[in-house]
Amino acid sequence: MQMREITYRQALNEALAEELERDENVFLMGEEVAQYNGAYKISQGLLERFGPKRVIDAPIAESGFAGIGCGAAMVGLRPIIEFMTFSFSLVAFDQVANNAPNILTMSGGQFRCPIVFRGPNGPAHQLGATHMHATECLYANIPGLKIVVPATPRDAKGLLKSAVRDDNPVLVLEVEMLYATKGPVEPPMPEHDLLIPFGKASVVREGTDLTILTYGRTMPMSLQAAATVAKENNLNVEVVDLRSIKPLDLDTILASVAKTHRVVVAEQDRPVCGIGSELTFQIQHHIFDELDAPIARVTMEDVAVPYAEKLEHAVLPTPEKIVAAIRRTCGI
Amino acid sequence: MDSEATKQAEIKLLYDMLAIRRFEEKAQQQYQMQKIGGFLHLYIGQEAVAVGSVAGTKHDDYLITAYRDHGHALARGMGMNEAMAEIFGKATGCSKGLGGSMHYFDRKNNMMGGHAIVGGHIPLGAGLAFASRYRGEDRVTLCYMGDGAINIGSFHEALNMAGLWKLPVIFICENNQFAMGTAATRSNPLKEIVDRGAGYNMQSLIMDGMDVRKVRDTIADVCGKIRKDPQPYWIEARTYRYRGHSMSDPGTYRTKEELEKHKKDDPITQFKAVLIKEGLLSEEDFKRMDTEIKALAAASVKFAEESDEPAEEEVFRYTTVETDTSYKPIPTRPETSKENPFHC
Repeated sequence: MQMREITYRQALNEALAEELERDENVFLMGEEVAQYNGAYKISQGLLERFGPKRVIDAPIAESGFAGIGCGAAMVGLRPIIEFMTFSFSLVAFDQVANNAPNILTMSGGQFRCPIVFRGPNGPAHQLGATHMHATECLYANIPGLKIVVPATPRDAKGLLKSAVRDDNPVLVLEVEMLYATKGPVEPPMPEHDLLIPFGKASVVREGTDLTILTYGRTMPMSLQAAATVAKENNLNVEVVDLRSIKPLDLDTILASVAKTHRVVVAEQDRPVCGIGSELTFQIQHHIFDELDAPIARVTMEDVAVPYAEKLEHAVLPTPEKIVAAIRRTCGI
Repeated sequence: MDSEATKQAEIKLLYDMLAIRRFEEKAQQQYQMQKIGGFLHLYIGQEAVAVGSVAGTKHDDYLITAYRDHGHALARGMGMNEAMAEIFGKATGCSKGLGGSMHYFDRKNNMMGGHAIVGGHIPLGAGLAFASRYRGEDRVTLCYMGDGAINIGSFHEALNMAGLWKLPVIFICENNQFAMGTAATRSNPLKEIVDRGAGYNMQSLIMDGMDVRKVRDTIADVCGKIRKDPQPYWIEARTYRYRGHSMSDPGTYRTKEELEKHKKDDPITQFKAVLIKEGLLSEEDFKRMDTEIKALAAASVKFAEESDEPAEEEVFRYTTVETDTSYKPIPTRPETSKENPFHC
C-alpha cells in the first residue's frame, strides 16, 4: 500500500470526513467548527461538504453542547464534540465526567453513550496558566471513559476513527504542537479504512538499555533524547508510545521493561497523581525484581504554567530533561 | 374517544396519582425501617405534574427528570415492583440495582433517567430533543426540573441552545417553592420563574401543578403545537412538596400552617372530589382503588425483599461495553420525514 506523508491536522480532518461520510448518525459540534472551519482548522471544508445539519457551530457553552451530545448519544446518534482546547472542557466537567460515563452503569446497561470528545490538550506555547492543562490524568480517574493521545498523523487518524465507532465515551486528546507535523498514513477511504485499536501501545524505537514510556507531546521529544544518548553515550534506548491511556497496554509496557530493566516516564502532564504515577505503580507491582534502578519521571512542574517564554520552557518537559533522566537512571 | 374510554382515562389520572402517593409512603416507611439506604427524595404533593404531563404526551415522547424521579417513572408505566426493587438495590430493579432512587431509567417507557446533579440533566434533555430534530421526528421531550435548578449554569446553556435551535422540548419547572431548604424567592432575582423563558425567546406559561386535568390539557396542547412547529416551551408548574427535600430534612424552613394550607390543594383529594361530583366515581370506588393500590405497594416491598442482589460482575459489565451490533439504540419513529432538516 502506498503511504502518503500528511500532517497530523490533515489526518484528523480525513478521519472526521470519512466517519461523517460513512454514518449519517455522526455529527460534529463545537465552537467555530463550521463556518470558521475550526479554530485549528481541523474541520476545514467539512461544512461545505456535509452541510449545517452535520457540522454545527455551537455557542460558547461547553457544558451545554457537551451535554446535548450526551443526550443525543443516549438515543443513538454518534456525536463528535470538539473542545477548542481541553482546558475548556473543565467548564463541562459534569457532562464529561458525570454524565457521559455514568449513564451506562446508572441505567443498568439500558442506555449507552457513544460520544467522542476531542480537541487539543496539554501544554502549547505561551498561552499562560488557563489554557495549558493536560487533562488526561483528571479524566483517567473516571471509570467508563476511554482516553487516547495520538502522537503521529497515522495514530491521529486511526484512533479518532476507532473512537467514533466505539460504543463508549472516548476522549481523543490531541497535541496542538504536533498539528503541523507530518508522517506516513495509508491512503484514504474507500481505498483503506484505517482503524487503530485502543489499548495497544506502539514501540516506536527498539532498544535494550532503557525504556522510555511516553505519549503525546513528549513522544517526539523522547525519540530526540534517545538519538542524543545513542550518539553521546552509546545507549540503546527503547521508546514506547502508549497511544492509549485507558485502556492501558500493560503487556507491551511490562515486556519492554523486563527487557531493558530501566525506565524513564516522559509525560506531558503534572507529577502528582499523573500518568507516570500509575505506570510506576504497575511496573513495581508486576515486575519488581526486573528493575535495576529507580524509575525516573519527566513531567510538567507542579506549578501554573507561566507566560514568559523562558520560564515556560523551564517548567515544561524538554528533550534535555529526558536526556538527563536517562543518564541519571543509567548511572552516567 | 367514547364516553366510557374518556371516563376510564379520567379515573386513570386519579389512579396513577394515588399509586405514586402510596408507593412513596411505603418507600418512606421502608427507609425509616432502614431497609433502604442512600437518599430518598419524595414527590408527595406534586403527583399531578408527572401524571398530568405524561397523560398529555405520546408514549414514545422522551421524558427526563432530576433525582425526585419516582413519580415520573411510575406515571410513565414503570411497575411498582421494579421501582421498589431499585431502591432496595436489587437485580430486579429498573436499573438493575445500580442506579438507586435518584437514577431510575426505563427504556421501554422512554423514561431517560432520573439524574442527580442539579441541572446536569437539562443539557441531556436538550440533546434528546436535538436527536429528534436531527432525525426529523415529531417526538417531544419533556425535561423536568425543580425550581432550584434554574440558577445553575447548565440550565442557561441548555435553554439558550434549545431556544437558538428551536428544539422540540418542554422544559417543565416544578416550582415546589423550595430549592432544598432555600425558598425560591431567596435564590432567584426575578419575581416570577416563568419570566426566565423570555431570555431564550421561548413561549412561556404558568400551569397549576395541583390540577391534574389542567396539566394534562396544557401539555397535550403544547405537544400538539410543537409537533407542527418545533420549538421549546418553558412552563412553570406551581406545586408543593409536603415532605422534606430528602428524608433527613426536618423542614424547619416553613411553618406547619403553611404546609397545612397547601395540603388543602392536594391534587388527589381535589381531583377525587371532582370525579365524585361529576358522577364518574363513588366513594366506594375510591376505597376499592386505594385498597388495590396499597396491596400493590405492599407486594412491591415483598418482591424487593425476595429479589436477589445484583451480582458483583454486573458493575464491571456496565462500566464500559464491548462495541457490538446486538445493541440497538432507540429506533427512529417510522413516520420520520427526511425532509425536516436541522436548522441552525
